[in-house]
Formats: sequence, C-alpha cells, structure tokens
Amino acid sequence: MTRELRLDRLAKRYGDTVALDDLTLSVRAGEIFGLVGSNGAGKTTAMRIVLGVLAADTGTVTWDGRPVDLDTRRRIGYMPEERGLYPRMRVAEQLTYLARLHGMGVAQARTAVDTWTAKLGVAARRDDDVITLSLGNQQRVQLAAALVHDPEILVLDEPFSGLDPVAVEVMSGVLREKAAAGVPVIFSSHQLDLVERLCNRVGIVRRGRTVAAGTVDELRAGGTEELVVRGAAPPGWAAGLPGVTVLGHEHDLTRLALAPGADDQAVLAAALAAGPVREFARRRPSLTDLFRHIVSIQETESPQIKSRQEEAA
Amino acid sequence: MTVWLITRREIVTRLRSKVLRIATVVSVLILVGIAVTAKLTAGGPSAQDVGLTPAAEALAVQLAALQPGVRVHSVDESAGRAEVLDGSLDALVTAAGTRVDVVVKTDLPDDLRSSLRLLAQRATLDQQVRALGGDPATVDGAIAGSSVSVTALAPRRQTDPQQLALGILTSVLVYMALLLTGQAVAQGVVEEKSSRVVELLLATVRPRQLMIGKVLGLGTVGLAQVAVIAAAGLAAGLATGSLTLPAHAALGSVLWLVAWFLLGYAAYSFVFAGAASLVSRQEDVAAVITPVLMLLVIGYVVGVSVLPSHPDSALVAVMSMIPLFSPTLMPIRLALGVAPAWQVGVALAGIIAAIPLLVWVSSRVYRNAIVRGGARIRLAEAWRR
Repeated sequence: MTRELRLDRLAKRYGDTVALDDLTLSVRAGEIFGLVGSNGAGKTTAMRIVLGVLAADTGTVTWDGRPVDLDTRRRIGYMPEERGLYPRMRVAEQLTYLARLHGMGVAQARTAVDTWTAKLGVAARRDDDVITLSLGNQQRVQLAAALVHDPEILVLDEPFSGLDPVAVEVMSGVLREKAAAGVPVIFSSHQLDLVERLCNRVGIVRRGRTVAAGTVDELRAGGTEELVVRGAAPPGWAAGLPGVTVLGHEHDLTRLALAPGADDQAVLAAALAAGPVREFARRRPSLTDLFRHIVSIQETESPQIKSRQEEAA
Repeated sequence: MTVWLITRREIVTRLRSKVLRIATVVSVLILVGIAVTAKLTAGGPSAQDVGLTPAAEALAVQLAALQPGVRVHSVDESAGRAEVLDGSLDALVTAAGTRVDVVVKTDLPDDLRSSLRLLAQRATLDQQVRALGGDPATVDGAIAGSSVSVTALAPRRQTDPQQLALGILTSVLVYMALLLTGQAVAQGVVEEKSSRVVELLLATVRPRQLMIGKVLGLGTVGLAQVAVIAAAGLAAGLATGSLTLPAHAALGSVLWLVAWFLLGYAAYSFVFAGAASLVSRQEDVAAVITPVLMLLVIGYVVGVSVLPSHPDSALVAVMSMIPLFSPTLMPIRLALGVAPAWQVGVALAGIIAAIPLLVWVSSRVYRNAIVRGGARIRLAEAWRR
C-alpha cells in the first residue's frame, strides 16, 4: 500500500471566521497534488496546520497512517506563502543552517547546499546576503530551503508565484523529479494551466472544504463537453437542432453543448449547409472552466458537488 | 542540538554586529580615559614645593611635619626668586622666627599660610616662655598632650571615592549591557517575524527552542562584552595606579558585576523576547519594549543619582531588593559596602524566584504571538491563546 499524507476533517476558526471547515484530502507518495481555490479558501491555513505552525481546532494530519509529529515535520520541505529568510545572512550559510535544523550533519548539509544552489541557478550567489538578491533569485533560494534537507514530503504554498518562465520550468522539473523519487508533493497555485499540466490529482477548496478532488479527467467528467464550430455561418444557424444548446456565438465561433445521444454529425451537416466550416471540434473543459463552474455553483449555494475525495482515496 | 545550532547562529551573527563592536570599544576607551584622568588629577594640587633660604632652613623639619604634602628645597635667595617666578617653587621662605618672610609669585596658598603662621606663633610663644623663665619644650609637650575628643551620635559613613567610582561604573556597565543585549533580543525576535523566516523555522523547531537559543546566544556575547569591558577597566586602573583598592575588593566588584549581569539578563531577556513577539515590524519594537526598558532605567537612574550623596538611603535599600531593580542597584551598593548581607540575600532570593515566573509568562506570550503576523497583538490576547 502506498504511503499517503492525509488531512482528515481539519477545522480551524479565528473567532467568528471559519478558515477551515471539515477539510479532507490525501496525497499519495509519488504523486503531485494541486490545491486550487479562491483567495481565503483555506489552502494556506491547511498547509500551516500540516507544518504545525498552526494548531487545528479538530481533525488530524497523518503520514503513513501515523499522526505527523515534530520528527516527521523535520522531514517535510516547506515553502510558506509569505516567503521568509534571514535577510542579512549569506545564502550558503543560511541554507546550511536550515539543513542542519532539519537534522543533517555538517558535511551532508554542505554537499546538499552546493547541489541545490547549482541546480536552481544561484550557485554564484552563495556568499551574498539574501537581501542583495533579486526577488526571483530569493525565490529560488526559498525553494532550495525547502529542498536542501532531502525532504520526504513537499508542501509548497504558491511555489510558482513571482517566477519567470525559465524558473517555472526549473521548478516544474524539480517537482516531477521529487515525485518520481516517491515524494508526495502538494502545492497550491492560481495558475490553473500549470496545475493541469503538472498534477496527477487536483483538489478544489472552497470555504474551508474540499469540494472536488481527483484527476483532472475525473473532474472533467463532472463538466460538460463543448462542441466548437468555426465558420462563416450566420448567427442562429444552430438554433433548433435537436439536443443542441447554443452556449455562445462570437465572430465566427459558435460554442454548443450537446445533450447525451445528440448527433454531432447532424450539427456538422447543418453548419456546412449554413456556410463554409473551418474548424469543428469537441473541446474538453479546461481546469479553469471546471474551477469557474464549481465555484459559481457554490457561490449560488446550489447543492454541493459530490466530493470525489472518497472514491479517489 | 537544535538549541545549540540556534545559539551558535545568534553568536556568529551578533559578533558581526557593528553596534556591538562600537559600544564595546567606546566603553573600554571611556574606562581607560577615566583611569588616566583620575591619575592626572590625583597627583596635582596636594604637593607643594617650598624653597628655604639658609636663613629659614631651621623650618624644614617643622614644616614637613606640619604639612606632609610639602616638599622643601634649600636654595639661595636669588635662585629661589627665579624659581618662584618660573613656577617650579610655590613659595620661598626667606626669614624664619617670630616673623616669617615669604616670597610668592601671586599669592600664598591658604594651607601654606596657616602652617607658616602657626610656626611664627610657635616661635613667638617659645620666645615668651623663655622670657618668663620657663622651658619651651615642657610647654610644647603639654600642648601636644591636649586634645579634643568627639562623640558622634550619627556618624557619617566614610565613603571611599574609589569605591564610589567603582560602584557607579559597575552599575553603568550592568545597565548598559542589559540595555544593549535586551534590545538585541527584542530586535532579533522581530527580525524573524518581519522577515517571516519564523514560519520556516517553526516548521522544524519548537517556539521554546527558538526563544532559548536566541537568549542564550545573545547572552553569551553580552557576557563576553561585559567581561572584556570590566577586564579592560580593571587593567587600566591598575596600570595607571589610579585604582589603589586592595585587589580582592576590585575583583569582588567584577565578580558581582558578572553575577548581577547574568541574573538581570535571565530576568529581562525573556521579557524582552515576549514583548517583542507582539509586533511584526522593527518600527513597532520601541513601543512594546519601552515599559520593560523603563524598569531598567528607573533602577539605574535612582542608583547613580541618589547613592553617591546618600549611600544609606532607605528607599534605595528597599528598591535594591526588588527583583527587576536589584540588578542595577545592588552592584553599586555592594561596591559602596553599604549592603548588609541579609539584604543581598533577599535581593538574590527574590530575583532567583522571579526568573522562572518571568520566563514562564514570557514564553507563553511568545509561543502564542510568534506565528501571528500583521498588526500588534494585545498582551491579553497573546496570553489567552
């Protein structure tokens, strides 16, 4: 059985504000898990509870079936949402210090610092104070701080924010590499295309709850597929076709929703009859569409989407 | 192990601090300066050089006996007058007897005038006794036997100016070291909060470990600073000869200084850390640590302003036994030798009992406040959760 990091029914309130309300999710060893949700949904609170920086009011965090204690936490690589390093401490010195706080020996820590600063492209700045580095480079050092002690688990809060495209590639590569080595990786992000590309599974958090979780494909099953037709047909050409709903029409592009069993070939024939067709495709909803869909449903307080959490777990 | 890593980081970082280096160097320079000045002013006015012409040479023994600070020189009159003019002689006595003739540059110092008048009167008296057929030696002996016996009902305690100086310097040093090191603790705590590195640290160390590591690290450097300054001051005092107290008394002062620094630091440092954990920006530090600083300042100011003139002040005696005032007040009273053993005992017992309490309260506040960024946290709020 694969080991997993499990957040079970976490709840946390600040006075009258509910930060987490029964949040449950799990990340398996070797998998990259993307946590998405609006600002204030509870992603950061959940991660801080995993790291023990905050205490949950109720609920548990377990790794491999055992509650996460200080010993386990020392083997977690953590990147806080609000970046933090000693501004007036040299890069290598600081990373060595952090590695040693996580239980590494001196020699081991030095080697790891050399490896990671080289890998993340900040080797030339090892002897500079962190404050003298550009924001992008500080971010790389921050990632190095999360990785330097060869963590068994990675918890990264918005690791991609503020990174240039090259750094995003480096970061993605590192996450894949760690996951391939059997590390469970959980990260939060607002860059949904990136999450879609990188993650094995995704969890959508809203108001302190996991409202959907699963592979992107599983989540898509909850959304409807679109038919996209691009051509010179005048507006209204698709109205009245059996089982077809027009979702939108902009310039030469028409977006249609097909009821189950509706004939897409009849739609194509109708489009051709109305004018030349340049594109005719089924488009699967993107994570952004799903996210918008789920959040808007929740916004109007419609019945909750059934969490796919349980079947995924 | 974790605490030691934190302690070591604090020591290394603190030793790079410019403020620390400058404060230490300036303090050493001031102490050396005081020692040198004390030496220079001490030798000055008490020695007087008086020239005696052959006609007045009979006065040499009597004058030296009467006024120990006087050095007598035999000169002839013209050379003596020249030396009076160029300042190498303070006075030149040209005639002795019932009338004493003195040559000075501007005027005759009062003490020298009264000594010489006394000698002239004694010569006159001897002359009169002899004229009456008596023996001047018998009369002198009788006079010498007369005395005034004083019974003081509330005698003023003899305060050795050196002890006083040592006491004040000790108090200043304890005060300064506690102030600098305490502020360093507060700033260190807030640096971790404002840079948000504390979030990263607390994912792997407990708040208590972080607090203790910081206090130990900065305390070690503070202690070293006090030791260096005290040693430099002691060395300067002994080298210039301005410190003539017995070695064990001077060493005693230094040991008490170190002891009171350690006790004061143990009591104050955790309070500084706890107070500082309430804020997240360096510019807010002053506001939260001012009440703590005031305790330190009050003890110190009362000590250096009251004790020199009223070493027996009852107010100061009482204050010096109160835990947060004792570190700045007791060292100066000890140096003055005005603190009875039982009062020292009460002060020691009080602060030793207060330390665990202060550490407990401060740790609780620190633990609750350290992970909460943003606006200043109210003390009551930090206490509750």
